[in-house]
Amino acid sequence: MRRISMWLFSTVAAVVLLFSYRTSTSTSTNTGPVAGAGSGGSGTSTGTATGGKTYTGSVASTRWGDVQVTITVADGKITDVAVPVYPSENHKDQEINAYALPVLRQETLAAQSADIDTVSGATVTTNGYLESLQSALDAAHLS
Amino acid sequence: MTALGAVSQRAWVEQIMGLPISIHLRGDRLTDEAVEHRIEAVLAELRHVNALLSPYRDGSDLSAWERGALPLADADPMLAQVIALCDEARRRTDGWFDPRGLPDPRTGEPRYDPSGLVKGWAVERAARHLTGLDTYGWCVNAGGDVLVHAPADQPAWRIGIEHPDDPARIMRVVESRSGAVATSGSAHRGAHIIDPRTRQPATATRAVTVIGPALLWADVYATAAAAQGSAAFSWLEDLDGYDALMVTRPGLLRVTAGWPAP
Repeated sequence: MRRISMWLFSTVAAVVLLFSYRTSTSTSTNTGPVAGAGSGGSGTSTGTATGGKTYTGSVASTRWGDVQVTITVADGKITDVAVPVYPSENHKDQEINAYALPVLRQETLAAQSADIDTVSGATVTTNGYLESLQSALDAAHLS
Repeated sequence: MTALGAVSQRAWVEQIMGLPISIHLRGDRLTDEAVEHRIEAVLAELRHVNALLSPYRDGSDLSAWERGALPLADADPMLAQVIALCDEARRRTDGWFDPRGLPDPRTGEPRYDPSGLVKGWAVERAARHLTGLDTYGWCVNAGGDVLVHAPADQPAWRIGIEHPDDPARIMRVVESRSGAVATSGSAHRGAHIIDPRTRQPATATRAVTVIGPALLWADVYATAAAAQGSAAFSWLEDLDGYDALMVTRPGLLRVTAGWPAP
């Protein structure tokens, strides 16, 4: 479960990054049929008919709007990623999201095979920390 | 799910020197008082170094010395140590690492700013408090610069190197049981590495990662190579005990001969 949560956090972090870099400012949110709210910590899980389990992350507030991620895990592997809540105020957002969300899904599925413990990168500052992969890796082990 | 499934792991995170400092510890008894004591000693030392050597604080020994208000002999001995190490770093890098005349982080005015060396030096120095925890595995990450130790009965640490164009992606993974991984680039803070020859932001490379025994030198070498650009590659090849990965401005990825195979 630790590992799985870690990837859930990573996924949230990845989404936050994606929105930081690729979408324009937006305040409204497209809310899908999901539960859970808070500050990027807890998640909920539900079983599915296919034997996989779906984990729903908390809603993460970004400066572009709220983002929420769900992942489906089967046999310890992430088999699907969905982003039920994302900013969609205008046409541009919607166009970008149409491109960015499938990319995110692909990259999250690819990233889990890397199975890393920590991240070396260009200096992450205090301000950038919450949007970093490292913060997701840390969050999985804070107690 | 993986080989380390049986090993417990715990993390501590604190913001010091304007950086997120995270310490991960692996082993049994992660809540022992001795463990807490040593982690606190690491963090306390980093806070202390920051108070003395921060360029952001007018009251630091560094700032007072630079204003001429504090003779070096009267300052904390760490200041003289850092200045001596910066001189050595300038020699080792043929001037491509140079703390002189860097823009003040608050005013932009040129000043002496050893921060690029202080980070690696301070983390390495503070990590000596963890040597008493040799049966534990530990990993210290200071804003993207990493120092690790893994005992024989634990797996090596897997360090992901972020993609310079997208910090959400991992470009390569290196495994390490002991030593440092440092990366310089512009992914998070824009072009903040200064070319000491022109005093302008360096844009010659997208990212340089250096691995080797000492975090201080891995960090200095990565910063110097990022400032110099592709021409630094042959110099990186010749470094004793250190290897490097460079992503050039057009996006070409190069690794030195001793870089671990993927």
